[in-house]
Amino acid sequence: MKVLTLLEAVTDALRTEMASDRSVVVFGEDVGLEGGVFRVTTGLQREFGEERCFDTPIAESGIVGAAVGMAVAGLRPVVEIQFSGFAFPAFNQIASHVSRIRNRTRGALTAPLVIRMPYGGGIRAPEHHSESLEALFGHIPGLKVVIPSTPHDAKGLLISAIRDPDPVVYLEPARAYRAVRQEVPEEAYTVEIGKAKIEAEGDELTLVSYGAQMIEARQARAMLAAEGRSVELIDLRTIHPFDARTVVDSVRKTGRFLAVHEGPQSFGVASELVATVLEQAFDVLEAPPARLTGPDIIYPMPRGERHYLMTVEHVLTEARRVLDYEP
Amino acid sequence: MFESYDPREGRLFSLLDVEGKLAPPPAGFPLMSDEQALAAYRTMVMSRQGDEWAVSLNRQGRLPTYALNKGQEANSVGALMAVRPDDWFVPAFREFGGMLVRGVSLQQYYLYWYGNEAANHLPLEKFHMMPISVPVGSQMLHAVGLAWAERYKGSDRIALTFMGEGASSEGDFHEACNLAGVWKAGVIIYAQNNHWSISLPWSKQSASATLAEKAFAYGFEGVRVDGNDIFAVYAAVQMAAERAREGGGPTLIEGLTYRLGAHTTSDDPTKYRSDEEVQQWETRDPILRLERYLLKKRLLSDADIVKIREQSLDCARSSFEEVEQAADTTREDTFQYLYREMPDMLAAQMQRRKT
Repeated sequence: MKVLTLLEAVTDALRTEMASDRSVVVFGEDVGLEGGVFRVTTGLQREFGEERCFDTPIAESGIVGAAVGMAVAGLRPVVEIQFSGFAFPAFNQIASHVSRIRNRTRGALTAPLVIRMPYGGGIRAPEHHSESLEALFGHIPGLKVVIPSTPHDAKGLLISAIRDPDPVVYLEPARAYRAVRQEVPEEAYTVEIGKAKIEAEGDELTLVSYGAQMIEARQARAMLAAEGRSVELIDLRTIHPFDARTVVDSVRKTGRFLAVHEGPQSFGVASELVATVLEQAFDVLEAPPARLTGPDIIYPMPRGERHYLMTVEHVLTEARRVLDYEP
Repeated sequence: MFESYDPREGRLFSLLDVEGKLAPPPAGFPLMSDEQALAAYRTMVMSRQGDEWAVSLNRQGRLPTYALNKGQEANSVGALMAVRPDDWFVPAFREFGGMLVRGVSLQQYYLYWYGNEAANHLPLEKFHMMPISVPVGSQMLHAVGLAWAERYKGSDRIALTFMGEGASSEGDFHEACNLAGVWKAGVIIYAQNNHWSISLPWSKQSASATLAEKAFAYGFEGVRVDGNDIFAVYAAVQMAAERAREGGGPTLIEGLTYRLGAHTTSDDPTKYRSDEEVQQWETRDPILRLERYLLKKRLLSDADIVKIREQSLDCARSSFEEVEQAADTTREDTFQYLYREMPDMLAAQMQRRKT
């Protein structure tokens, strides 16, 4: 096993699948020669040739729309949108075609493609480079939406996404690209889409998060553990269709629930999780289920990022409030 | 290839005049055989009769909103006859005749407009066709990707896609042409310029004199053909298909035509265009023109014409009756094709809808 960053694990997954399946092709803006702005596709063009890893014109809709045709014809395109904030020009293709081909043709045609994009803030980037759009994608029937938070899951989830018979939006937490390191098996392996992971067991509070926000969630759990508080930490990993069972089972054990994510609050993933907990575990709740999320504001440019992002202190404060809640 | 028909010089590629007189095609250009011309005629009449019956069904309250093809039949019929049955066909939504050429049954076609997705179950190996695409201008990109994939797989299949002239205002038209040019994709983008995008005329759609000339800015050839002339459409598309198959890249074909009917059954074209204009185009009707040619060549008699029309209408009537009697969409149908395997969450939602 090698120790890889989350970013390197994504590269490793791409290389692994390209090596074993010629139908896998990788393209997008600057992904070929340069290896992408974050260097995720570094070396792929050199290893697999320009035909299988190539640069496209700056045309997000074109990238995704052409990938639809390629996928229908039997290829497994893995396309990169340079930043999720630039996915909007491709939205028509994603919402009108990628997600609908199977349903529209009653299964005669499918578009099993992967749309990779870095997402989230904390990277001191210009405007439009820091958005968290998972709830938007999660709201589109026919798509699967996954977000890894560890190198191990980054590789396993991406391999699953590439092999999945349905289209997958694969969101990469840019802030965690080089911040998280882990031993990663060298061979191919999959992490099941639709399954959350109980990262650490506990019995007083269920804390659910995903993506880069897992960094603060882990820190908060460790600090609470040092105080003798037992928190069960769940990495959701798949946004849609999400693993309600693992979340609800955990809440049935702990009786308290907190969802934490970077994306905006209203109509967000935490809201969906809270609703699910209320519907399926109302009888065991010892505190109102809570959500701690980014505010419903436009993601600020770097001088204002601290007003958006949440530190471990925010997570700790809210976790303590839920833990200590008494009716 | 189409140097003598440069749209920037105002040229239009046409072979069959309104009287049904056929000019010899230029050297190297293919000519439809008599047999093909007769087959094309039958398909165009089927499309026309099927269209008119659909309008009647709509007025009877038996068919929801329907988009008409009347007057444009030669475009998709000629184009689909000019490519191989295993070349990709990526339609917009006014290619009824072309769909018939590809083997889509009348029942299937009506089932679509009747409002059942089951109509789009067109197995790839048999049809090599994408379903009707409603979001204007979004489908040409799929054709570019399909063509790219076929070349990648080492096949010589090409892709033929359709759009209306209004779709040239969409960003995806630009992206599709640009990618097709850069990738030298084996694709034919066929724009049916029927003069009206619902209520908007070409003059308000674009400041370009023609749609075809836009191709040159993307680094490939564009040609304007008389879209009401089946011989010209067939020849132009076959030439473009040969180029695409040989690795010569894309062609943009603008078929100059006219929508003789409304945009859809929900539209009232008298609000935005004059009767005189419509009447003028009625004299250029693609079916009449081909009919005159076939009559002159004695490939068809007046009695044949009546018979073909009657048979087509009968076929339309009986096909639609079958559609009306077919089973409706089930709840399972609406849930089970979102993903190959239904997620638990969806299964639970489906269960809750059980009454």
